[in-house]
Amino acid sequence: MSLLTVEGLEARHGLLHAVRGVDLALDEGETLALVGANGAGKTTLLRAIAGAHRAAAGRIRFAGADITTLPAHRRVKLGIALVPEGRRLFTGMTVEENLLVAAGRGRAGGGTLATVLEAFPQLRPKLKARAGDLSGGQQQAAAIARALMSNPRLLLLDEVSLGLSPVAVDQLYLSLQTLLAGGATIVLVEQDLGRALRVASRVVCLLEGRVTYAGAAGETTRERVMDAYFGLSGAPDATAGGR
Amino acid sequence: MIFLNQILQGLFLGAYYALIACSLSFLFGVMRIINLAHGSLAVLAAFLLFVLADRFGLSPWLGLIAVVPVMAALGWVLQVLVLERSLKGGLLVPLLSTFGLAIVVDNLLFEGFGADTRSLAPAIGDLAFASWTLSDDVTIGQLDVIILVAAITVLGGLQLFLARTRLGRTIRATAEEPEIVGLIGIDSRAVYALATAIALALAAIAGAFLGLRATFNPYSGGMQLLFAFEAVVIGGFGSLWGTLIGGIVLGIAQNLGAFITPHGFLIAGHGFFLAVLIARLYLAPLADRVRRRGRKVVAA
Repeated sequence: MSLLTVEGLEARHGLLHAVRGVDLALDEGETLALVGANGAGKTTLLRAIAGAHRAAAGRIRFAGADITTLPAHRRVKLGIALVPEGRRLFTGMTVEENLLVAAGRGRAGGGTLATVLEAFPQLRPKLKARAGDLSGGQQQAAAIARALMSNPRLLLLDEVSLGLSPVAVDQLYLSLQTLLAGGATIVLVEQDLGRALRVASRVVCLLEGRVTYAGAAGETTRERVMDAYFGLSGAPDATAGGR
Repeated sequence: MIFLNQILQGLFLGAYYALIACSLSFLFGVMRIINLAHGSLAVLAAFLLFVLADRFGLSPWLGLIAVVPVMAALGWVLQVLVLERSLKGGLLVPLLSTFGLAIVVDNLLFEGFGADTRSLAPAIGDLAFASWTLSDDVTIGQLDVIILVAAITVLGGLQLFLARTRLGRTIRATAEEPEIVGLIGIDSRAVYALATAIALALAAIAGAFLGLRATFNPYSGGMQLLFAFEAVVIGGFGSLWGTLIGGIVLGIAQNLGAFITPHGFLIAGHGFFLAVLIARLYLAPLADRVRRRGRKVVAA
């Protein structure tokens, strides 16, 4: 049984139809890269899965349970954590406070400060610093670390490398590789296609809210994704249920 | 020496203002709501204490043990039934709904208690007027000292609670990013309800000191709200220590105004408040520009 199943999901921003009938399925331990141009619906899809955006239609199942109408804070308890676009840390609080405020709110056996700092050692000297004073890379690391405090079964990462220096992105992906090696299940929204293909086990491309390509990362060429990205060809795997 | 006494009395009066402003500042800091019913709710708490003292002979100090939880529960209900819905309507709707609530509370109190002026002072005996005489011109009221200690304790306690406890961190996080806290497992609706409960518990304490140090009637809430609002604005909205300083500065300004002319009490307070507002409007952008220029120089 899949850990996450999305069936015919629709989501809107007022009159704008941001996600149109998306089907996805994700097994435990998989890493799914969600790619697409700006406005393709990637962020809305992630937010809908996390419960931060109301689904207009369709179903979202997580570990067998229908969570379509569950509020975000209760999805965290089930094991879904979203690292939102733009980090959205509590900038007036210290890094330590940002992490501690998330502790003990997710699944039983949640992450502790020690375990999370093991994954992101770059945060250790910054614990007492105000989150708003960190560099972009450090803020992104803190945002992922905060999500890990809830011991998620599914980690949703929105635009991990957006606005960061190449060095900061390399450091972040090093930490992510450690998580992946530990068997984490991740949905990753990433503008850097090459990096997404290297990290993910599967790739799904969205265009105007619809799935235009879905396939195993190992069998996917950059060109094929780019075609789907810009809608230059048909949608070969759009009916494959995100598999 | 008389001048010094005026400043000292202003300090004590300001401590009361800080106490009554604390709840307003806290609720704005957490929920960005300016609770226009704040003064009326403090007066409601004073009336509850009055009933306990008048009918059951209960001292206002003991009465607080009952009234604080009742007001906290009322805060919870207020959030769930009124504020939560109002917040969805934008910034103006909570202002209107709390303004309406103030009218309802004032008139219910008028209906129940009439227009008579009351006080809790008789329930605390000599303490209401007992004082220490430091010199011919300088006296310190014992109740005033209690109010000052209460103000520092309440504001300091609240500050500590917000900074050091898990619940305090949760409230601060919710105040900063109400949407994002849901994504880390916090139910922002429950946090808002808790914050409103705390705010009304604080209003109850302020109401007790209003009744102890002065008289009150069903329509006293408006003036209390005005002083609280001025203290909060002078000190900076959402800053608890700023609220204490704002209250004290307002109290001193009022007392110095009264020292100059008997009619100067309110005029000096409002005038100072206006001066702070105007200074903020004109000086804040200037300070911002200087700060940015300073940063550029450092970067270069």
